[in-house]
Amino acid sequence: MHKQANAGHIGGNLSSLDAMLLLHVETMRPTDYFVLSKGHSAGALYASLWAAGKLSDEQLLTYTKDGSFLAAHPSGGWHPGIPFSTGSLGHGISLAAGVALGWKLQQKPGHVYCLMSDGELQEGSCWEAFTFAKHRGLDNLTVLVDHNGLQGFGRVEEVASPMLPLSRKFEAFGWEVAIVDGHSYADIHAALAAPRGEGGTRAIILKTVKGHGVSFMEDKLEWHYLPMSDEQYEQAVREVGGAA
Amino acid sequence: MRNALCDTLLALYQRNRFLFMTGDLGFMALEPLRAVMGGDFVNAGVSEQNMVSVAAGVAHTGLQTWVYSIAPFAYARPFEQIRNDVCLHDLDVKIVGNGGGYAYGYMGATHHAIEDYGVMAALQNMTCHIPAFAGDVLPIAQKMQETRGPAYLRLGRHEMPAEAILPDYAPWRELLAGESGNIIVVGPVAGQAYQAVKSVTAKKGASFALWVLTELPVPELPHSLRESILQHPEKPLIVVEEHVAHGGAGMAICHLLAKLGASPRSFRHLHAVGYLKGIGYGTQQFHRKQSGIDAESVALLLEGLL
Repeated sequence: MHKQANAGHIGGNLSSLDAMLLLHVETMRPTDYFVLSKGHSAGALYASLWAAGKLSDEQLLTYTKDGSFLAAHPSGGWHPGIPFSTGSLGHGISLAAGVALGWKLQQKPGHVYCLMSDGELQEGSCWEAFTFAKHRGLDNLTVLVDHNGLQGFGRVEEVASPMLPLSRKFEAFGWEVAIVDGHSYADIHAALAAPRGEGGTRAIILKTVKGHGVSFMEDKLEWHYLPMSDEQYEQAVREVGGAA
Repeated sequence: MRNALCDTLLALYQRNRFLFMTGDLGFMALEPLRAVMGGDFVNAGVSEQNMVSVAAGVAHTGLQTWVYSIAPFAYARPFEQIRNDVCLHDLDVKIVGNGGGYAYGYMGATHHAIEDYGVMAALQNMTCHIPAFAGDVLPIAQKMQETRGPAYLRLGRHEMPAEAILPDYAPWRELLAGESGNIIVVGPVAGQAYQAVKSVTAKKGASFALWVLTELPVPELPHSLRESILQHPEKPLIVVEEHVAHGGAGMAICHLLAKLGASPRSFRHLHAVGYLKGIGYGTQQFHRKQSGIDAESVALLLEGLL
C-alpha cells in the first residue's frame, strides 16, 4: 500500500499496527467502535480492517488513489469501521468520549477504543477530554497511546519533556494506567481484559518502536515522512517476512 | 433572548429528547433547563474544544446535541472542531452563541462576535440563524430541532420599540414598506434601522422598505425585493449588519445582485468596523456608533441619500 502510493507516515503505522490488528481481529465486538485519533496511521487501520475481513483486497489497493475513500488520513462516514475523519490531532479522543457518553445516555451497549500518539498528547484539548471522560465516568472508553517516543520534528523528551512520564499525567487526571509492550499481543490483550472499577477510565500506554520490524526504519524520525525506494521496500518486506 | 432560549428549549425538550451542553455558562438563565433535563444537561466545563467534539460524538450516536457559550467561545475557540467534527460529518449539532456582535460591550473585544456568522456560513452543511426579535427564538429553535444537521444560532437582545408591528417569523421579512429605497438589516440591529427609518420619515416624509434577514447562507432575494432592485436601479440599497464586511450579509447580497445583473446606482454597506485605533472600548451602542450602525448614524446616511 504505502509503496504503491509512495506515501509517508509508515513509521507510526508500524508502531501502532500490532495494537490495531489485535483490536480489530480479536478484541472488538460488533457493537464496539475504534477511533483513530492519530489519523496519520490510517494505513495500519485499513490493513487491520482488511485482516478482519471488513475491507476487500480491491478496496485496500485504492489507498490514496483519486476517488478512493482510503485517504492517508481516515475519511469517516463511508465505512462502519471508520466513524470519523481524523488527522488533525487531539480531536479523536473527544469524539470517542462523545460516542461513549451518547451510548451511556441512551443505554446502548458497546465500548469505544481510541488510539492516540504520544506527540498528540501535547494538544491541550486532549486534557479537556481526559478531564471530561473521567468526570463523566466513561468506563465504556479505553485510550491506547502509541508511545514510540518520536514525533514530527524530534523526540518527545526534546520537544515537550514535562509530558514524560505519560503515565503520571494520566494518573493525575484520575485515570487507571497500564504500561505494556505495544508489540506483544499477549500484553496488550491482558491490559485490555483487566477488570476496571465502575466509572473507571483506562489508558494503556503502548511502549512501541517507530518503524517496528524494519531494521533501517526502527526508531528513526525520518520514517515519519519518507516514502520507500524500491530497494528499501524489498528489504522491508523481507524483514517482516512477507512476499513483495 | 437568552431567557427566551431557555423557555424555548424547555418546550422543545418536551417534544423531542436532546442533549444540552454548556461551557460552564448560564448562571441566572439556564437553571430551569438544568432542573428539567437532568442527565441530559451537561456542564462540559471551560473546555469548548472538547465540548464541540463530544457533541459531535454524541450526535453520531443519534442524539441531537446543543452546545452553548458566549458567542466567540462557541464558534471561534472550537472552530476546527466545528469544521472537522461537526460539519465534515454533517452531524446534528446546534451551536448557540450568546451575545452576537458587540452585545457584550465593555466586557471587551474578546467577548464580541463580529465575524461569527460569516465564518460559520463558510462551512459545509452549516446554517446560521440570527434572530432579530425575542419572538424569533422559538420558531428558529423549532426549525433547528426539526432540521437535521449543523446549525449556528447567534443570540442578541430584543431591541424593537414596543409599538413596532412584527410579522411572523420567516428568514426574510418586510418590516416596513417604502418607496425611497431598500434597506436590508441582519438580526437585532434591525431595531436601530427601524428607528432610523421612522426618524427620516418623520423629518423628511420619505419611506424606506425595511427588510429583515435572519438566516445565512442567502440562496436568493425575496421576489418583491428583487423586482424592486431590478426595476428601480435609482433606488438606493443599504445593508446594515453588526458583523464585519468580509463574509457578511452585505457581500452575500452583492453576490446575488451580480448574478442577477442588478446594479443599484447607490449601494451602501453599513457594518461593524472592528476596533478603531486610539478610540477604546465601550458599550454595544458605543461600538455601533463607531461603525455607523446606530440609529442616528443610519438616519443621517438615509437623509443624505434622498
